[in-house]
Amino acid sequence: MQDTSCYHCGEPVPANVDISSEIDQESRSFCCIGCQAVALTISGAGLENYYQFRTANAEQATDLSDQQEKYALYDEPSVQQKFCSYEDDTAAATLLIKGITCAACVWLIEKHLEKIEGIEDVRVNLSTHRASITWNTNALKLSDIFFAIDAIGYHAEPWKANRAAQQQQKESHTALIRLGIAGIGMMQVMMMANALYFGYYTGIDKSYEAFIRWASLFLSTPVVLYSAYPFFNAAIRDLKTKHLTMDVPVSIAIALAYSSSIWATFNGTGEVYFDSVCMFTFFLLLGRYFEMKVRHQNSQVSNDLIGLMPNSTLVYSEGEYRVTPTEQIKVGDKVLVKAGHTIPSDAKVINGTADVDESALTGEYLPVRKTEGDSVMGGTVCLDHPIEIEITTVGHQNTLSLVVELMNKAESSKPRIARIADTIASRFVAAVLITAITVWGSWMLIDPDKAFWIALSVLVVTCPCALSLATPTAITAATSSLKRSGLVITSTHVLESLPTTTDVLFDKTGTLTEGKLSIAEIVTPSGLTHEEALALAAQLEAASEHPIGRAFPSTTQPAQQVEVTPGGGLSGDIEGQTLFIGHSAFIEDKTQVTQVTLPDQDNWVVLANNHEVLAFFKVEDTLRADAQQALHTLHQQQLDVHMLTGDRSQNAQLIANELDIKHVHSGLTPQGKLDHLAELHTQHKRTLMIGDGINDIPVLASAGISIAMNEATDLAKTKSDMILMNGQLSAINKAFDIARQCRKIIKQNLSWALVYNLIALPLAATGYIPPWAAAIGMSASSLVVVLNALRLRKI
Amino acid sequence: MDSILFLIPVSIIFLTIAVIALIWNIKSGQFDDMETPAHKILFDDDEELMPDDAKPLKNTTSSENKDKQ
Repeated sequence: MQDTSCYHCGEPVPANVDISSEIDQESRSFCCIGCQAVALTISGAGLENYYQFRTANAEQATDLSDQQEKYALYDEPSVQQKFCSYEDDTAAATLLIKGITCAACVWLIEKHLEKIEGIEDVRVNLSTHRASITWNTNALKLSDIFFAIDAIGYHAEPWKANRAAQQQQKESHTALIRLGIAGIGMMQVMMMANALYFGYYTGIDKSYEAFIRWASLFLSTPVVLYSAYPFFNAAIRDLKTKHLTMDVPVSIAIALAYSSSIWATFNGTGEVYFDSVCMFTFFLLLGRYFEMKVRHQNSQVSNDLIGLMPNSTLVYSEGEYRVTPTEQIKVGDKVLVKAGHTIPSDAKVINGTADVDESALTGEYLPVRKTEGDSVMGGTVCLDHPIEIEITTVGHQNTLSLVVELMNKAESSKPRIARIADTIASRFVAAVLITAITVWGSWMLIDPDKAFWIALSVLVVTCPCALSLATPTAITAATSSLKRSGLVITSTHVLESLPTTTDVLFDKTGTLTEGKLSIAEIVTPSGLTHEEALALAAQLEAASEHPIGRAFPSTTQPAQQVEVTPGGGLSGDIEGQTLFIGHSAFIEDKTQVTQVTLPDQDNWVVLANNHEVLAFFKVEDTLRADAQQALHTLHQQQLDVHMLTGDRSQNAQLIANELDIKHVHSGLTPQGKLDHLAELHTQHKRTLMIGDGINDIPVLASAGISIAMNEATDLAKTKSDMILMNGQLSAINKAFDIARQCRKIIKQNLSWALVYNLIALPLAATGYIPPWAAAIGMSASSLVVVLNALRLRKI
Repeated sequence: MDSILFLIPVSIIFLTIAVIALIWNIKSGQFDDMETPAHKILFDDDEELMPDDAKPLKNTTSSENKDKQ
């Protein structure tokens, strides 16, 4: 017997699914036809090594056969020009690839695309998931590239660096050059400093000393003038705005040490501190560099979410339906919405009947049946049957746009968070400057010769290096630790403010629950076993796009002559017998069974033949596997848990009872959710909102901290502080742990920096520490801070 | 000792070349992706380059099995 997890995606293979193929000379089983198709494509191209190379399973393949129209849009020159660049016969584009899980994916995509005729160059970046592709426009269409990527189980979207991203790349390059020059300069100057120190003890010829000093001066000049430039620039800005930051004492220390060393070099007297200057600059730049990297990574997540591509819509014009970018539709346009597609704008149904999934806007987990004359909302999904609609509103009057508008207003009411380090820093800086001046003044009275050097060592020893590294290093380490548990942070204030949270607000559908239906219970009045009943239902529902249909396991032997009754159910032939599955009313209508008695009031699907009911299936939006445990931990930590849902049904209360949530608010509009949040804010509660739907976006934008689920709409994700990638709610508990730990470490780091300064300052002020010793002490204290922060990675 | 009067300037020249090379590296984007190349080199995808008698054992045994079937 083969193993029971899917060879491609690693998901368990459902019991009654038997899909297998021979790959790499062994029979492999799959969980669905999608995964099988992908695996066959991969092995067909001779790339089965992927399965040996990979270190993480692939994502479950989805059937994307209806993407054809959308991809055809990419071949239109007007659309293509937005993200492609051309040179003679070749074109280049950057695509964002979804579904990359490990380095083997990069290998697979590159190898697979390289084999396609017309592709000239492919490079995939593992950390940003972007692929740079160059191809010959005569030999290959762009849409073919998209199909090729789909065929091996990934999904591509056009990507173009927006201005923010371009600026980031430039900033990152400049920072790296500054850091590199400071590093090289530091190493060279230190080497020379060694010679000078040895010379100091064993005696050195004056002329050699002068020569080495001149060489050090030459080497450290680019470090001071180019690498340390950002500090001077920021310090000048600070003095202008009268808001002190670390940059002020840093700049003063560098400028003084450098200019005094120049003076000493020219006059051949005193001491030179070129080595301290370079080391100082290098360490500070290193801290800033790491901080910048985290910042860029975070904003990259949100950059990627801003979709470049309009969705395509089928608009009726001149006798046929044409693929049109959604943004071009007008009021009165006749639009065809196929099963599984999103309704582009608020509209009225003019032809056809279909179930529409409105959960993103209303939170209701069961589809709503829409027929001729009913109005449908933009952003909802047509599930089971094509419908023709007439657009009634576009642009600002759209339900979707109204939510966005609400969000923009809500955003400004987001509580502000004071950053610990900023407040401490400005006070500390003022204290250091006053101390240095006082020390200098006092020594002028005692011994004017030493005054300058002692004041200098006060500035160097109190180097705010440790202080300025304290927060960024801790946050960097905590961010990468959180990423491993499935939470991606998009704004860094999260880690500092999460531990102070008092109230946690959850959306229901798609957040606490899976957001997709599954079978909770089976009742078989006919004497069939549960497995038999399930297998029959699965065969009937095999081709169904409907969420209820997807609740049933997939199968390779679909029923014959399946007939769909929109909003009712479906019928089909299995082994010569006609079977029906659907709502009780549908069964009563189609079969000779006149009265179907459901086991209870919940949502049941009925399976029947022409004469009798064979089985009842209870379909439910199931809770996420770890919801129970995650909520329990939140309760234990004395956090108030709320549930805000748009769902009006009984289901909300049932789920709340199951999870022991006391504050339940159901049937809320987006405005209602926002009002509830505002009320909490007036009570000075600190809120954390977790949601996924379009109706959650205003609340996500306004809550103290917000987490969007990975399945959430892109807009919800861009407005959130964190994105939960793996759908495991327990990651939220982990986030609390890590944030608390992070706060603790920031505090430890800050207190260590202060204690170190308190000890070192009097010693320097009384003249016991020469500036070179101060520089070593500064580096050592920075090292302690960095090592302490690295402990966060181990959580 | 006089040699340092010659060697230090020479080292500074080398250093300048190194810095110019670094700047060129960074600007041409070689530091943009620090992750992928590290993984890429580990994939043994050069089987077609190997002579037949040097190929890993795994493939020969499994094709033998197939022959028996």
